[in-house]
Amino acid sequence: MRTVSAFVGLALVVSCGCSRTPQAAQAPPAKAFGTAVVEVGGGKQAAAIGTAVDQPVVVQVNDAQGAPVASAPVSVAVPGGGAATPASGLTGADGQFTATVVLGASSGRYQIVASTRDKNGKTIELRLEEVALGYQEIQGRELSQLYCARCHDPDSTPERVSNHDNLTAKAHAFTEGTVLNAMSEADLVSIISHGGPALNRSPEMPPYGYTLGKAEIAALVAYIRAVADPPYRSKGAFYARN
Amino acid sequence: MSILRRVRTILFGDSARAFGTLGVVLLVCLAITPAKDHFREWRRYQRNYLNLIRNRGDAASLQRRFQGGLQQTWIPELGVVDRCATCHVALKEASLKDVTIQPFRPHPYVPHTLTEFGCTMCHRGQGAATSVQEAHRGTLAWEQPVVPARYIESACGQCHWNSLTGTPQLNLGRKLLARYGCVQCHAILVPGQGRMMTTNPAPPLTRIASKTTREWVFAWLKDPPSYAVTATMPNFELSDADARDISAFIMDQSAPAAAAAPAGAPAADPQTGASVYGESFCSSCHATVNAAGMVVGGNVGPELTRIGSKVKPEWLTDWLRGPRNYDPHTQMPRYRFDPKQLNLLTEFLKAKTDSDLLAKVQLQPVRPTEITHGKALVKERGCASCHEINGVVRPENFAPDLTLIGSQSLAKIVFAEGIPHTLPDYLQAKIRKPHAFGKSTKMPQYEFPAAQVDALVTALLAQTDRAATLPASLRVAGKRETDYLPAGKAGQLMTDMNCFSCHAINGRGGDMAPDLTLEGSSVQRKWLVDFLKNPNTLRPALIRRMPRFNVTAAEAETLADYIMAVYQTPAFERDELDSAKAAPDEVEHGRQLFYSKYACQSCHIVDSKNDKGYIGPTLTQVGRRLNSQWVFQWLKNPQALRPGTVEPNRNMSDEDARALTAYLMQQNREVARK
Repeated sequence: MRTVSAFVGLALVVSCGCSRTPQAAQAPPAKAFGTAVVEVGGGKQAAAIGTAVDQPVVVQVNDAQGAPVASAPVSVAVPGGGAATPASGLTGADGQFTATVVLGASSGRYQIVASTRDKNGKTIELRLEEVALGYQEIQGRELSQLYCARCHDPDSTPERVSNHDNLTAKAHAFTEGTVLNAMSEADLVSIISHGGPALNRSPEMPPYGYTLGKAEIAALVAYIRAVADPPYRSKGAFYARN
Repeated sequence: MSILRRVRTILFGDSARAFGTLGVVLLVCLAITPAKDHFREWRRYQRNYLNLIRNRGDAASLQRRFQGGLQQTWIPELGVVDRCATCHVALKEASLKDVTIQPFRPHPYVPHTLTEFGCTMCHRGQGAATSVQEAHRGTLAWEQPVVPARYIESACGQCHWNSLTGTPQLNLGRKLLARYGCVQCHAILVPGQGRMMTTNPAPPLTRIASKTTREWVFAWLKDPPSYAVTATMPNFELSDADARDISAFIMDQSAPAAAAAPAGAPAADPQTGASVYGESFCSSCHATVNAAGMVVGGNVGPELTRIGSKVKPEWLTDWLRGPRNYDPHTQMPRYRFDPKQLNLLTEFLKAKTDSDLLAKVQLQPVRPTEITHGKALVKERGCASCHEINGVVRPENFAPDLTLIGSQSLAKIVFAEGIPHTLPDYLQAKIRKPHAFGKSTKMPQYEFPAAQVDALVTALLAQTDRAATLPASLRVAGKRETDYLPAGKAGQLMTDMNCFSCHAINGRGGDMAPDLTLEGSSVQRKWLVDFLKNPNTLRPALIRRMPRFNVTAAEAETLADYIMAVYQTPAFERDELDSAKAAPDEVEHGRQLFYSKYACQSCHIVDSKNDKGYIGPTLTQVGRRLNSQWVFQWLKNPQALRPGTVEPNRNMSDEDARALTAYLMQQNREVARK
């Protein structure tokens, strides 16, 4: 019996040693606990599949009064094949925790789960959403930078001054899910191809159907769907979850 | 003992029992192979798939299309034998878009069909393997793991040498390889085009002593970003002694400076030079760091934030007067500044100093041994791969050839400690910290942000065996700069003003300013002459502008004659359409089309009081600037005249285009009246 237990013990030790993902470095013990975790920044970004989003995800742990809590435990997980570095740790003096988030290999939405524990050990979660762009959405993004963003992106930079405010009919930003989600795929293709008048809208939206190919317009639609906020849900039949 | 004996009796007691036992054993043995086959991983996945689709609305059609058993794509001419579809059963099932678990996701859209190239052409991995482990991860015998998603654009780069809209990371990586001097030491052969060339040649050092001081060279060698945050030269991590010796040699090899022309009297206030700097649009090419710490300006020329701490004032004046006297290959135009402007600009730039830069540099007088050691170091570090240096020949094959780096065998790579044994991880580590691979590593330290390192790795991973051996018909060639040279006196002027630094003509030149290949068909001669003498802004939203080169009237005429005569499209006759004869009601019809049907005012300004759009050029004076026929043809199909232009093709009827042209060509009268 003793040899068996010794063997099992040894096997456990060995298998821990062999484990593919090394155990995260032991974080220093938490000194304080909060009651809520809130987003400071880094949500709702889009990046290519498998790459890191531009801005790191920053979350803050607050106490019941809403004041930041320093040295509270935080862990950040990216379900679906992504990763956060560091994946866990303690909040800084300002009560904030910063992690770089790398998205998984499939395009779509990723729920980043930032969690902390209260003093009873109960887990408190915050979910942030990031968008991973596949080939088609990346192509759409690049095309929109070239052809669409000058009017559809209200943000101006010295390099690219926005024309948004000069238009009588204000162009919708591609993230405006409340408006764009209501438009069907066919309508989007139609307004891009034939211009605003195709849907009885302003002629300030010119037709691109003679400039861009079908695949390029499909890529633009895919990008618009990918970055919509709130997220776009397909109107098609829903099936039992896998 | 007794138990054993009893068992033996039961099993082999007599011949009948022995026969029965052996028969059972034999049957079990025979069952092993089919059982092994039955429990194969891929069969389990296929069963799981059938369970997954059973309850879906389109189960019947999914089941009908499902093919059990081993699936294989075989493309002999590409050497592809892929069995991936055995487990990835739903690659072509678009209706399973909502499925998020692998291996049942449908393949996202790509511009190629899945049977055209197979899977491993893009994703790598072992195509013939039928177990998850062997197919995806490298094994000792098969070392081709699946390429991580972040580098997947490398797949496209195997055939596509052109810049695709869908692969920004690959395009960036290739741009960086050319811009940061990687291709100066490492050869990368582009199929059918020869070596990949740098886009940012380093300055020659053959006459550097006239330009700067040894102290500055020392400080620069030690830490390039401390002088210019946008420096493209990497850090060679030289010791003080090595930097001292190299600076000694660099100054020693320099040819004596030509006698500098005496500078005029210094201007009273260097800040008045700011207006010369501004109106010459130096910032179109040169960056400076402003008070807020932001880099402002172009990256064609070097950053000028601390230029006063670098160059000698008399060199600066000489350079501004005629850059080609110092560097015959420079991209900097000759501005034809008058002595007063030269003076103002020199004083203005001279004042851009940083007292911290050279404060700590204390160099003793040079000893001959330092020069010899410096020369040896220059040869060892490969400085002449990028810079022209007297007495040092440009080394051939200074660093390993990277043409096939993307399929480098791991057995041939020496990994530094702590780096995972995969090719992408090796490339990442080597670019990030070359010196982790040993102190004698010659590769210098670059400071690329993470996204740029990813882009470089992507571009390098595209350099595979397969890419080199693909059938030539699959290859999509990239754009290669031509060696077009304009002829005659105008050609000399264009070289002198370096038009090609910003404008492309006939496939040669930069992309900062419009392509001028068809300029002669486009503009009116009188406008062109005026513009060359005094360029004004056509596109209000642009920050990079055409500078005034102070050309004489005769020079402007020569250039205009050449452009009007040579840079024409064969597609149409320039003077075929004369809109001056257009009837007033056609003009009015054009106006209505402009504002109502085509809403041109959302991008263009015709009426400067009411129109606001500023994406396209201002059209208030278009009637003086362009030819009617060009405007007509442009309205019919802008991309045919300037590929890639943002203005969409409106598929306009001839009638509408003619009316619009008539309206637009009226847009000069106001100016004429003034």
